Amino acid sequence: MLEIKNLHVKVENHEILKGVNLKVNAGEVHSIMGPNGSGKSTLAQVLARRETFQVTQGEVLFNGKDLLAMKPEEAACQGLFMAFQYPVEISGISNAYFLRAALNAIRKYRGQEEMDAMDFLPFYKEKMKLLEVDERFMTRSVNEGSSGGEKKRNEILQMALLEPKLAILDETDSGLDIDALKIVANGVNAMRSPDRATIVVTHYQRLLNYIVPDFVHVLVDGRIAKSGGKELALALEEKGYAWVEAEGHTAPVAV
Amino acid sequence: MITTTQQLPSYLQAFEHSQKQAPAHNQEAWLRDVREDAFARFCQLGFPTVHEEDWRFTNVAPIAQSTFQLPERGFNGVANHDVAPYRLAGLTAQLVFVNGRYAPGLSRLPLGHKGLKVASLAEAILKEREKVEPHFARYADYRQEAFTALNTAFFEDGAFVFIPRGMVLEEPIYLLYLNVSSETPLMAHPRNLIVAEEDSQATVLEDYVSLRPGVSFSSVVTEMVAGDHTVLHHYRIEREDTQVFHVSTLRTQQGRSASVSSHSVLLGGALVRNNVHPVLAGEGGECLINGLFIVNDRQHMDNYMKVEHASARCESRQFYNGILDGKSRGVFHGRIIVHKDAQKTDAKQTNRNLLLSDEAQMDTKPQLEIHADDVKCTHGATIGQIDEEAFFYLRSRGLNEASARGLLLFAFASECLERMKPGSIRSYLERIITQALPQAIHPEAVR
Repeated sequence: MLEIKNLHVKVENHEILKGVNLKVNAGEVHSIMGPNGSGKSTLAQVLARRETFQVTQGEVLFNGKDLLAMKPEEAACQGLFMAFQYPVEISGISNAYFLRAALNAIRKYRGQEEMDAMDFLPFYKEKMKLLEVDERFMTRSVNEGSSGGEKKRNEILQMALLEPKLAILDETDSGLDIDALKIVANGVNAMRSPDRATIVVTHYQRLLNYIVPDFVHVLVDGRIAKSGGKELALALEEKGYAWVEAEGHTAPVAV
Repeated sequence: MITTTQQLPSYLQAFEHSQKQAPAHNQEAWLRDVREDAFARFCQLGFPTVHEEDWRFTNVAPIAQSTFQLPERGFNGVANHDVAPYRLAGLTAQLVFVNGRYAPGLSRLPLGHKGLKVASLAEAILKEREKVEPHFARYADYRQEAFTALNTAFFEDGAFVFIPRGMVLEEPIYLLYLNVSSETPLMAHPRNLIVAEEDSQATVLEDYVSLRPGVSFSSVVTEMVAGDHTVLHHYRIEREDTQVFHVSTLRTQQGRSASVSSHSVLLGGALVRNNVHPVLAGEGGECLINGLFIVNDRQHMDNYMKVEHASARCESRQFYNGILDGKSRGVFHGRIIVHKDAQKTDAKQTNRNLLLSDEAQMDTKPQLEIHADDVKCTHGATIGQIDEEAFFYLRSRGLNEASARGLLLFAFASECLERMKPGSIRSYLERIITQALPQAIHPEAVR
């Protein structure tokens, strides 16, 4: 599904990613953890094709295609979705309109028929129920006046609707209370399937109690310093990142 | 100061000519005096120059240095089917003017509504002097404003709307001004008078349209008298050809607890000056000025607001959004004047602008003149580009660059739409605005 090879990324002349290697297969859930400033969000955003980041080395294949040559909308149409750490407020555009426009852009790209409002609405309502979102939300402007938790839920609602092949959650758990966290996790878990993959970027282990990963990777100073199973997350929770950082400097782990 | 390059002699010729030709209403002595006074004043003032503070950002030399003719009398060449795109269902009345002249064959007068007048002003001057004279040229100041003087001297016709006491008109009045250019550049001076008596309610739309491309000059003055406790919604659309010079003034006189909103949607014209000048003359009045302008290429659009708080406890709100592309230039000049006795005034002004190109330019200038001591006045202005974060967000969901930009522009423009009362005029404007956006999107899908 996704293959990252020796990825180096600069932001304003400052090297953030210093050779990341990662392979994600269909059906898998990977978690990328790491201390603040380790490059987790940069990695997520480069994959979503934010153009302010400069890739200096390496390659990324998404379903065998060169992801780094794609525009953000092409990546989205190819089936990549990133749930934003800081979802953007757009006043003057309703959630329903925005989502239908997005869904139809993707359907059109794939040569599918566009969905009219009559077909879209029941589909949208079903997903709203899954994320326990009030129906009044449809006519509200995108993320406007929403709390942090509502915005994150909206991200997952969008994901549920757009049905991506690869979902990247960029610190979706930050700022969520435990109830909202459960709802979000529930939405993500409902999407798990053998032909879909998920990358969960998080600072804390708590989300991983609800979205149980197959693999955990620890990003330290722009490199993956350690990889393991779900138990690695628990070890990190207990020992903190300093433990991996110290280990990482003495013996870099190749993945 | 009048510079020699201004084409004033041509106006003298035109003025003498039009006096000789004298449409019937010119024979009214009171009006003739006003016209002559206005013309004399225009000759003294001359066209404004950029040395005047109110015209600092707008050079009207292209108007001053050209010669424009009054249109010939006779058949205007406009047929019913030319007006078809501008018909709306559910109107109280629709008056159509062609190059400033009333076109009765194209107009639809009101049915029923006892006491309501929606008619040609020229006709009303003859038949209903007692309703016209007490208001006409009493508010728009031709002694100080050159373009108002010009309009007062030259107007041939326009709309007269009179809403009697207590009448509530649920359906709008549509005033359509068609600009039909000819080989020699023409000028038209539509003049409107809207009088709403105590406790009445109405919606009036003025729509300026070109039927063919070409150079011309429109100077418009609308005086609107909002009696005590009235509720008036005034809309103005400027969508003439991009070679047209257009100067318009909306002068509103508000009585006690009158609530007036003025919505401007300005899309067309080469050089446009839009003056909105409400005077809150009675206690407890409310006024909303809501505007949107969208310009491209070399269009120049100057929005000049002068909100006068002349009485206590009034509230005014100004919201103006601009979208500028190409080498266009926009101006927002928001003056708020609070008179000495206008205590407890609450005035607010916001101007937001989006620049879509490096060469577009926007000047925004608030100007507060406060002579009372217990007032609340705020103003704010922003000039920026499309929000890159929002742009990326939309693209990351699959929308291509053109759709994402179109959607964001629509969102920006819809701030203006949302301040209008929902109804047929708002939907009409929504369609017009959507088509005018640099990246047109499908309007039906937005809501």
